[in-house]
Amino acid sequence: MNHLNEEELILHYYSEESDAFAAEQHLDQCDECRAHYACLQRVLNVVDTLPVPARGEGYGSEVWKRIESRLPCRRRRWWSLEGHRWWSLEGHRWWSLEGSWRWAGAAAAFASLVVVAFMAGRMFPARRQKVDQVATAANVAEKQGGQRVMLLAVGDLLDRSQMVLIELNHAAPSDKLDISAEQARAADLVSENRLYRQTALQTGDTAMAGVLDDLERVLVDIAHEPAQMAPAELANLQHRMESAGILFKVRVLGNNVKQKQQAAGSVGRSDRQKL
Amino acid sequence: MDLSDGTYVTRARSGDSDAFRTLVERHSRSVFRLAFRMTGNEQDAEDVVQESMLRAYKQLGKFDERASFGTWLYRIAANCSLDLVRSKKRRTQNQVLAPEGDSDLENPVLTVPEPGPNPERMALSGEVRERLTAAMGDLSATERSAFVLRHFEGMCIEEVSRVLGCQPGAAKHSVFRAVQKLRRALEPVVSAARS
Repeated sequence: MNHLNEEELILHYYSEESDAFAAEQHLDQCDECRAHYACLQRVLNVVDTLPVPARGEGYGSEVWKRIESRLPCRRRRWWSLEGHRWWSLEGHRWWSLEGSWRWAGAAAAFASLVVVAFMAGRMFPARRQKVDQVATAANVAEKQGGQRVMLLAVGDLLDRSQMVLIELNHAAPSDKLDISAEQARAADLVSENRLYRQTALQTGDTAMAGVLDDLERVLVDIAHEPAQMAPAELANLQHRMESAGILFKVRVLGNNVKQKQQAAGSVGRSDRQKL
Repeated sequence: MDLSDGTYVTRARSGDSDAFRTLVERHSRSVFRLAFRMTGNEQDAEDVVQESMLRAYKQLGKFDERASFGTWLYRIAANCSLDLVRSKKRRTQNQVLAPEGDSDLENPVLTVPEPGPNPERMALSGEVRERLTAAMGDLSATERSAFVLRHFEGMCIEEVSRVLGCQPGAAKHSVFRAVQKLRRALEPVVSAARS
């Protein structure tokens, strides 16, 4: 009689064996296999007692409070607006939206003005040609405006990330260094960074996406470090940051972004002058 | 009347953040349980819960509404946990060796205690629990993830392999190795508790 090996017994326990009936029959007849199986059951029953810290009924609400401000803005579709305030996005008034989203709101308002100007041109043909010129130039300006907004936001992100990296890089080792403030900032930067990295990938800016990818790893790394760091842990983190050359990469990208911002700004100004 | 997850997902996708809030409130506790079992650390599990919810929100557009939202979310949480455990493991490998006091946890089999005179008391004591926690900690990231998904979450091997992004055969062997290690570590204590 062929005994069931350990793997077959495990598969039987999880009801994943190919021939359950045969295994069951064998266990009925074979004392040795039955003893092995009973032992396996006992061990896995003990595993079921693995303690998990309790979380109360209100835990979901706590999680929501912690993540709410970090959720990226999701635009409400126009057909789902009934019963909701049309002037708000996800219950946030536009002026309470943070940084880049406020810029995005302003860009959307600007686009609406362009549409209104265009419609006015159609209704008043005598002035149509002039309004068309305005609309075309405004479209170009809007695209450039979008790019400028993106560059501004990325520049801001890089500046803030650089500050966190510099603070940790220059932190003097102490018995238990408290880096909880830097960790909180790093955690906030992670989701923002991810958003810009994805945008950079979509727009084909692989160089920017690459640096933001490296930065994201370092930020996640920092966020997951213990809040109280022993000198050895700090030295290790500083060494990892140095090996990744992240501060240098962030500085170079920051300079490139600033140059692009200036270039986009001067093009925008000359276009407006043409109007 | 409580609406289904699917209804809230549809609303959340169209920008209703209150709908997503309901999903977070419904699933946070079970995601925490999964994350804790996979990471073995309370703070890491908290991080995983938040990261999973954020990832889920960003990826709502990719969610197939015919599928179960809970399963989809667990998949995200399992991946977050696995990423975290792997990155921590990489870091630990670069760091100094564990303190000497932990040596008895490294190989629980070698330090099996003499069976006590009162098995019930022993079984009820924290001994088995401590050994179990240590044995779970000795599993590799993949073994632990595969085992938690199979044993606690009740996913079949096929599903486990999809979550872990490996072949079903590899997932199956990870589960085997995990059970074998747990058995080696726990069997002596469990037997002692019975005798």
